[in-house]
Amino acid sequence: MEITLAQMAFPEALPAITMAHYLFVSAAMFVMGLIGFLTRKNMIVMFLCTELMFQGAGLALIAFGRHHLAADGQTFVIFVLCVAAAEAAMALALVVLLFRHKETLSAQAWKELHG
Amino acid sequence: MINTTLLTNQISTILAMAPDTTASVLSQTPTEIGTGPKWILLIIGLPMLTSLLCGLYAIIGNKTKLPAWTTVAGAGIAFLATVAMYLSFDGTPYTVHAFDWIQVYFGDKAMIANFSFYIDTLTIYWMLFVTGLATLIALYASEYMSHDVGTSYCRFFGAFGLFVFSMACLVMGDNLLMLYLGWEGVGLCSYLLIGYFYKKPEAVAAAKKAFIVNRIGDLGLALGIYLTFVHFGTLEYAVLFNDPTLLGYIEAAKTGNFEAIPAIAQWIPILFMIGAFGKSAQFPLYVWLPDAMEGPTPVSALIHAATMVTAGVYLIARTYPLFLTSEFALPIVAWVGTITALLAATIAMAQFDIKRIMAYSTVSQLGYMFAGLGVLTPTGGVYHVLTHAFFKALLFLCCGAVMHGFAGQLDLRKLSGLKNVKGWGIVTIGMLIGCINLAGVPFTAGYFSKDTIIAEAFVTPGTSMIGWILLFTAGLTAYYTFRVFFRVFMGPVEYHPGDEHHDDDGHDDGHDGGGVGGFHPHAPGWAVNSVLITLSVLSIAASGLYFVGGNKEAHTKHYAQTMVMSSTASYDSPYSKHAIHAAQESNDPNAGVGPRGTIDKALEVPIIGGDPHKMMYYISAVVGIVGIALAWFLHLFGRTNAAECKMDPIAKRFGPIPKMAENKWYVDEFYAMIFVTPLRIISHIFHWIDKLLVDGIVNLFGYLPRIFAWIIRPSQSGILQGYAVSMAGGLTILLLVVFVIVMQGGVS
Repeated sequence: MEITLAQMAFPEALPAITMAHYLFVSAAMFVMGLIGFLTRKNMIVMFLCTELMFQGAGLALIAFGRHHLAADGQTFVIFVLCVAAAEAAMALALVVLLFRHKETLSAQAWKELHG
Repeated sequence: MINTTLLTNQISTILAMAPDTTASVLSQTPTEIGTGPKWILLIIGLPMLTSLLCGLYAIIGNKTKLPAWTTVAGAGIAFLATVAMYLSFDGTPYTVHAFDWIQVYFGDKAMIANFSFYIDTLTIYWMLFVTGLATLIALYASEYMSHDVGTSYCRFFGAFGLFVFSMACLVMGDNLLMLYLGWEGVGLCSYLLIGYFYKKPEAVAAAKKAFIVNRIGDLGLALGIYLTFVHFGTLEYAVLFNDPTLLGYIEAAKTGNFEAIPAIAQWIPILFMIGAFGKSAQFPLYVWLPDAMEGPTPVSALIHAATMVTAGVYLIARTYPLFLTSEFALPIVAWVGTITALLAATIAMAQFDIKRIMAYSTVSQLGYMFAGLGVLTPTGGVYHVLTHAFFKALLFLCCGAVMHGFAGQLDLRKLSGLKNVKGWGIVTIGMLIGCINLAGVPFTAGYFSKDTIIAEAFVTPGTSMIGWILLFTAGLTAYYTFRVFFRVFMGPVEYHPGDEHHDDDGHDDGHDGGGVGGFHPHAPGWAVNSVLITLSVLSIAASGLYFVGGNKEAHTKHYAQTMVMSSTASYDSPYSKHAIHAAQESNDPNAGVGPRGTIDKALEVPIIGGDPHKMMYYISAVVGIVGIALAWFLHLFGRTNAAECKMDPIAKRFGPIPKMAENKWYVDEFYAMIFVTPLRIISHIFHWIDKLLVDGIVNLFGYLPRIFAWIIRPSQSGILQGYAVSMAGGLTILLLVVFVIVMQGGVS
């Protein structure tokens, strides 16, 4: 049986944090973000939820990258963070503009934008 | 058409009996074709140039009579060039090459149709009166159209110049394709000029009618030209009429051996004939010509009386050798011409519009020309073309002067005694000269040319019925011609202005009397009068052509015959000569014997025991004078006002017949029922097929995306979370799919 990277980094005494743990945390973050996005009506909160989903996905990428001893996953996460930063600037500006129109942050206020 | 079968059975006999003089059928057709001087291109080029200049004047907004003077000058110089061409003509036909036009080579065959011109006596003969009359009528029109000075004036003279150009192409072209070019060109100009008053619905309808009816004929001509090329491999007259195949056919036709001539060659003249019937307004395609009188009168005079409508006669005369090779073509030409002459004359008798009477008279006289061609006297037909061109142009221009002066009045029931109105003397004299020519009063040009045709109909075996009908028609012609003259120009003075009168010249005193409502007839000016005088002189002088210009060597008796006999139309009917012999030496048993058979004397001398040519002088003179006397008695004698005459109670006794004749025997209505209405119904059906089926399919493709959009539109609800749920749902489904695949070990 091959020795994983995690086993090499940590002594055996400590309980082993396996791939599954990382993925579990990642999935939990993603699902929390998704639930938040689907249930909350405040646009800022919804935006934060999307950030949470981002980070969940990013964590999974890092975990896999580490697992395979490849830098791709981590590189990708750096890009994701950049995009997320730009997107945050955009999204918050949009939220401010939308707020100025309707004096509310509720997403329900923009219901008339239907087909 | 009753006798056509009889006649077609005889045409072989006719040609078979032809003695050796018939060898002259083509003996004078030149084999050597020279090359002519280039200045002859002036005759073609100048009218085109004036036409373009008139277009230029319209663009720069000329408001003077400059277009008229340009056209008069152009046509005049073209006429002088034609005269020079005539004087310098030495008897040898020649061609003048302008530029290479169409040259297509396929294998050993070549279709060559150059823009070049074939000059022989027939061309010269035709061009002399075409350019001469064009000059005179342009001069007349300069005054006649003066109400329209401006763009319309330029438009008129532009089309006028284009017409002269097209007519010159038609007559002078050295191949059938050039003829076709001119043929279509004159048709176009005719359309443009009939529809000159394009704001008048009648004029537009008449223009369309003329164009569409002509298309039927033009199809025949186009197919005929096509067949000519397919069969003879050439379109050039110089080659075609010396083609050994064609000469062989004519030899076969002379012996009555029509089986030796392939059907395709026999179809060519029949197709040409259909073209000629359309252009020259022969039954059953004559209906457009009377309606064409909606155009300005100079147009009626030049295009629809003197020149364009004789193009059919020209076509048949030019391709006469082809017509000789067909068993049926010439008899059909003769009979159609005869029927047209009679039919149009009966209609003319009952019309009240003087311009329409002249139009029907033109149709009728064209019928005479066709009958002349059909009974083997191209000379008679072509001579009648010339005399008719002069006197009918004169008659039309006189009618035009009346119409112009009396504010569009053309109804002979509303005009009377113009002879005594001041300023109308020249018009009256011109009208009288035109009328005596048309009526065939002895020693007028119309008398000689008409008699040539009628006499020849009696001389040529099997066509004496045609002769009798034409003789009867000559009586009708004399009657309806002088009906117009006696009603409009003689009798008590009375006139009513037409509907173009607007009371614009207010003063009401001192006029000649007879007018109503302060109307002053506006007497013609110098341009009109000088043209009328010139044409009167020419009409009279044309009779002199019957006595001069004979050529002893060519055995021709007068000018027209000389001109025809040295062209491709040359056909020297043997029967006239033998008839003379038979009359002179009636006891000689060999009188009517020719090299190829005996000519039955009974056929040659069908009337009153004399030579038909001589007897015809007396008979037709009597017929003409009886017609005039009848017109005098019924329309002038004892007439006290313009509207009523002795004819009215007599006409009532004929029951519905005068009314039917006035309504043109309902031919137009018949055509409307048989052709126009079904075509309209069919076009309506196609309209609805187009609207429902074609448009339906197109619109269906337009509607499909809309229907699809309508179905999926609710998915864009406007609720942000709704979209998120869709996304999440989609993601879930995707994950489930991946999961199932992984579980099944599909991906490893």
